[in-house]
Amino acid sequence: MEHTQSAEVLEPVHHESSTKVIWQTFWILLAITVFEVGLAFLHLEYGFMPRMFLNGVFIILTLFKAFYIVARFMHLGSEIRNLIMTILMPLLLFVWFIIAFLYEGHSWKNMRKDLAPGTKVEAPKVPNAEHEPHH
Amino acid sequence: MDTAVTAKKKWWAGGYSPFNVNYGKLMMWYFLISDAFTFGALLISYGTIRFSSTSWPDPNEVFKSFPGAGHANLPLMFVSLMTFILIMSSVTMVLAVHAGHHRDKKAVAKWMIFTIIGGIAFLSCQAWEWTHLYHEGAWWGRNPFTNVDGTVATTNFTNFFFTITGFHGLHVTSGVIINIIILINVLKGTYEQRGHYEMVEKVGLYWHFVDLVWVFVFTCFYLL
Repeated sequence: MEHTQSAEVLEPVHHESSTKVIWQTFWILLAITVFEVGLAFLHLEYGFMPRMFLNGVFIILTLFKAFYIVARFMHLGSEIRNLIMTILMPLLLFVWFIIAFLYEGHSWKNMRKDLAPGTKVEAPKVPNAEHEPHH
Repeated sequence: MDTAVTAKKKWWAGGYSPFNVNYGKLMMWYFLISDAFTFGALLISYGTIRFSSTSWPDPNEVFKSFPGAGHANLPLMFVSLMTFILIMSSVTMVLAVHAGHHRDKKAVAKWMIFTIIGGIAFLSCQAWEWTHLYHEGAWWGRNPFTNVDGTVATTNFTNFFFTITGFHGLHVTSGVIINIIILINVLKGTYEQRGHYEMVEKVGLYWHFVDLVWVFVFTCFYLL
């Protein structure tokens, strides 16, 4: 890293940018994508794996790809810890963001189902057994 | 190595960047965080609406065409090709950055040109897909596709699809334009004179981010 400016002196950082690592990362990304598409086809043709489980696998594989792009291609993996933290910590907001909004969406769906015109309303049953008439 | 450096050096004592990067690169990272939240908001709102719908169109029914394949049923094939093109252009971009570290002007220019070609190829694919969907009757406010359960779908599906892939395509477009500007500077020898190719790294960060967003768009729209 020879980009030294007069104002700022930077520590030399060992960037893992050997072409070997780059191509290795490429093959990993390609393999994951091919695997994802393969799983999708298996599901389409043979109904392989329940949909919910398959979606979980897709999301995990997507996060793997994201990790490799950010760590290897964007070289975040070889930056110092301070920089990694200032980039990644704000992204933790996404945890709340995703859970809160998808939960909200799900609850809307339940309301739509329950309140849709023509939905039969079940009369609430008396939970108390004491009042049951004995014969 | 990182920990050894951190232990010796008081990063927050002043005098140097506590992040060990130059101002421009740090600001590019911060910009990308803000952009990540913009894309995150779009994708999460899409997810919320999809979760709140009792049924939704099947992506494998909608995206099943391939240029020149007529009415063949080929789900995922075209979008896989688009994904491959974008990953490939990310590789050529990182090779350009790598060449920049070695101050190899010719190699930087070569890989930048490949990256630009990759970007244009991706945009052409997207233009084909949009045109195809448009001719099938899909557009903002129009949705010809039915839900999986056979009911009539709302226009939410097409609205989100065109907005999010459009916003991503806009990023690719601006990325290509910025790449071209940087390529011109490389050829003019601007960075050779400056003594470093950090601008290539900065535009590289942007380009990889665009690839990163596509990874999520690919999953959210085509796989899930």
